[in-house]
Amino acid sequence: MSVIPNGPDPFATDRGGPAQPLLSVSGLFKHFPVRKGTGPKRVVRAVDGVDFDVLKGETLSIVGESGCGKSTTAKLIMGLIERDSGEMLYDGQPIGERAMPWRSYRRQAQMVFQDSYASLNPRMTVEQSIAFGPKVNGVPGRQAVERARALLARVGLEPKRFAGRYPHEISGGQRQRVNIARALALEPRLVLLDEAVSALDKSVEAQVLNLLLDLKAEFGLTYIFISHDLNVVRFISDRVMVMYLGRVAEIGPSDQVLAAPSHPYTQALLASMPSLDPDNRTQEALLAGDPPNPIDPPSGCRFHPRCTLAEGVCSAVEPPLSSVMPLHRVACLARQPGSGHSAAPSEAIAA
Amino acid sequence: MLLYILKRLVTVTPVAFGVSIVCFLLVHLAPGDPLSAVLPADATQQTIDEMRAAYGFDKPLPIQYAIWLWHVLHGDLGVSIATGRPVAQEVGRAVINSLILASVATLIGFTFGVFFGFVAGYRRNSILDRVASALSVFGVSVPHYWLGMVLVIVFSATLGWLPPTGAGPDGSGNWRPDFDHLRYIILPAVTMAVIPMGIIARTVRALVADILSQDFVEALRAKGLSEFGVFKHVVRNAAPTALAIMGLQLGYLLGGSILIETVFAWPGTGFLLNAAIFQRDLPLLQGSILVLAMFFVALNLIVDVMQTALDPRIERA
Amino acid sequence: MTAPLTAGSVALDGNITAAPDAPEAFIASRGFWGHVGHRLVRDPVAMAAGILIVIVIAIAILSPWITPMDPYKGSMLRRLKPVGDATYWLGSDELGRDMISRLMLGSRLSLFMGVTPVLIAFVIGSGIGILAGYVGGWTNTILMRTIDVFFAFPSVLLAIALSGALGAGIFNSIVSLTCVFVPQIARVAESVTTGIRRRDYIDAAKLSGASAFTIMRVQVLGNVIGPIFVYSTSLISVSMILASGLSFLGLGVRPPEPEWGLMLNTLRTAIYVNPVVAALPGLAIFIVSISFNLFSDGLRSAMEIRQ
Repeated sequence: MSVIPNGPDPFATDRGGPAQPLLSVSGLFKHFPVRKGTGPKRVVRAVDGVDFDVLKGETLSIVGESGCGKSTTAKLIMGLIERDSGEMLYDGQPIGERAMPWRSYRRQAQMVFQDSYASLNPRMTVEQSIAFGPKVNGVPGRQAVERARALLARVGLEPKRFAGRYPHEISGGQRQRVNIARALALEPRLVLLDEAVSALDKSVEAQVLNLLLDLKAEFGLTYIFISHDLNVVRFISDRVMVMYLGRVAEIGPSDQVLAAPSHPYTQALLASMPSLDPDNRTQEALLAGDPPNPIDPPSGCRFHPRCTLAEGVCSAVEPPLSSVMPLHRVACLARQPGSGHSAAPSEAIAA
Repeated sequence: MLLYILKRLVTVTPVAFGVSIVCFLLVHLAPGDPLSAVLPADATQQTIDEMRAAYGFDKPLPIQYAIWLWHVLHGDLGVSIATGRPVAQEVGRAVINSLILASVATLIGFTFGVFFGFVAGYRRNSILDRVASALSVFGVSVPHYWLGMVLVIVFSATLGWLPPTGAGPDGSGNWRPDFDHLRYIILPAVTMAVIPMGIIARTVRALVADILSQDFVEALRAKGLSEFGVFKHVVRNAAPTALAIMGLQLGYLLGGSILIETVFAWPGTGFLLNAAIFQRDLPLLQGSILVLAMFFVALNLIVDVMQTALDPRIERA
Repeated sequence: MTAPLTAGSVALDGNITAAPDAPEAFIASRGFWGHVGHRLVRDPVAMAAGILIVIVIAIAILSPWITPMDPYKGSMLRRLKPVGDATYWLGSDELGRDMISRLMLGSRLSLFMGVTPVLIAFVIGSGIGILAGYVGGWTNTILMRTIDVFFAFPSVLLAIALSGALGAGIFNSIVSLTCVFVPQIARVAESVTTGIRRRDYIDAAKLSGASAFTIMRVQVLGNVIGPIFVYSTSLISVSMILASGLSFLGLGVRPPEPEWGLMLNTLRTAIYVNPVVAALPGLAIFIVSISFNLFSDGLRSAMEIRQ
């Protein structure tokens, strides 16, 4: 069903069928040069070799601490920053090439930002902000405004009261609803939510999350959900991807990753969440050592200085993403058969 | 620190070149032949051609620029058409007079400006603040050449306390810091001081108010520091910016002195510039503008370095 | 599912539902400039200054028809009459012309030469600055370094140098003053635009596939024009003083045209005979200049709304 009544069916543009990933990212790299002119050139290795797929109709969450590269990955996927190298395929077509130019891709993929206030033009009314995208893409002015009002209603904001308002006249939760409406205005199939609910009060957050789930079901959307809040991730995701220092640590179905994490970093993250159960209190954090420095990452496995399982081989070899179970992949030598790590399973067990 | 100075010198060099190009081109902007000022109206074509070759006007523009620049770097700014004396000499003499006037004016303006600014900043929204703000708006809005005239009217024509024009009792070209000459500098300096006073008062007021509203001031007071101690902190925080603005104002006064110097017939570069314009004395015009602009560029550089030295928040190199 | 909202209730995120029988008109907000105007009107100083400016502009426009006497007609017998004279209420100048008429007619040229350079510089400077600020990179560097060269001159010096080179006259003065103000406005424009460039809503606009020019026009312009405009209005008083200064030096308007700066120049010799009359044109410049300054300050305060 389309956002506008009797509008085109979004699935009509489906090329590759349900088995083909909607978005496929491989070998994504992005290094930022550090400004200091003197001395050897140093770079911040924000995204340092990332591969993952986003399946049609799923919600993939990307989690990690600050500095792990999630936001940079988001901007790379959306084309707000240019990637250094790597391939990005949308429904099987390389993005930016003839079959899927950026202009077409932009109509398929949209983003909702974290700061609801900074993402709206303070001088434009809510409906003008939402109508801007369609207008720019050739929708006549009146229709664009009609669409904006329909979307406002769909996200729970009464058009008659809100269409003419300015961003500073509405609350944070309302602004985020506007941002969601704006993202949907171009009828995308993929929506990237970069910490979209992180800045909201808990009660408002719950409402917005429910709205997102409704919209996803109604319009057949696919979500990439970036967050640092593991509770929210548990609620909303189908699959989870954990990032550390610009690389993927673990990726798999959310119940597997969150209930039985394989990578030591994921285990530490989950264990360090404060518990609400007085009988099951959280003990000390399992993460030791200093927070990582993306300019000078540790050799071999990035996590080895803070890892309780680290051995000699961990500082020498960079672990590849390997499967521990079907669809569940981990980048850890201790889980990879034949890696040389003492805890690695023997070859026979590997799937 | 030294590295920073060197870096700044490197960045300034293209600007200095740009300035010299603009100065050079200014003269050639003028409609009409630059030679027309020198030659009598009935000069023969041959004379014109000879003069043109002598002045080098027959060569292409970039070559003329290169030759001119070469001379400038050797200290030769040409010869004044009107007086026949070397431009460098005239300008050199005049610059000293202008510097003296501008410096005295800046000091007066800075002193009063800082005073008003502090008063206004400490007593925000009080009567004192409004008065101080009014004075600073006055300083910025008054046409200073008119103010000069008014002061001359009041103190010279009417009251006869101070001389109306000139730098010295004998009409001499130079000002010396002795008692005779003191009376001559008062009116021009006070007139000139009004502009920086206005700007500095405004800036200092904003600075002081901003610093006082910051949390660390409350922390200091809660710690038991006396009001005077807090005051010293405020001064230390406001100093870099205030001094930087003072330096910049000195530059503006130096460059913009022509109007006041005309009113008071003060023998400085501005006065010289005025004469050069009306006599179409192009070498003199060019030379004066170049020297003044270079002073300004150098002053900006000094102010920049000084601010970096004083303000620990600014990155060096 | 979003909880059904009963009429008149307030949802947890502040979403209010109107009662079904309330008048269903679209609520239009006042908008940015509406807010500015609203605050400005409540500022007595700015309003007084603004009214004065309007009066002066009116005088300037209407002066050819409302001057009590011919501003050009002089009489050697009636030179330098003092203020309060029966025929010449504000006195007469050194050629016997009526001061009131001269001052009124002079407002035309003084205002024109003060405002026009700022207006032209506003357009050109904003264009350069916004472009440099939005595009960034090498374009920005080249444009801004060129502007820096002009910044290396103190403005008075630049104005006089350009005027001196170009020659006297109204047109030349306007050109030279415009050249003085374009770098200043461009710098402010670039700085404001660069501050906006990295905002999320610009990123969001880019995501819609709009061209750079469209984004500049629709999204950026509305946000930057305000501060640039206020800065420009603060330059008007400086421009008036400079323009009159140029005429004072003989570089601007030529006699017998009445212009306050020029009048100040020609009356200089009269300060021993009739000081008050000699000072009048400067007083006019001062009053108009300070009015523009106060109004501009009021405008700036009114615009300091929480963004």
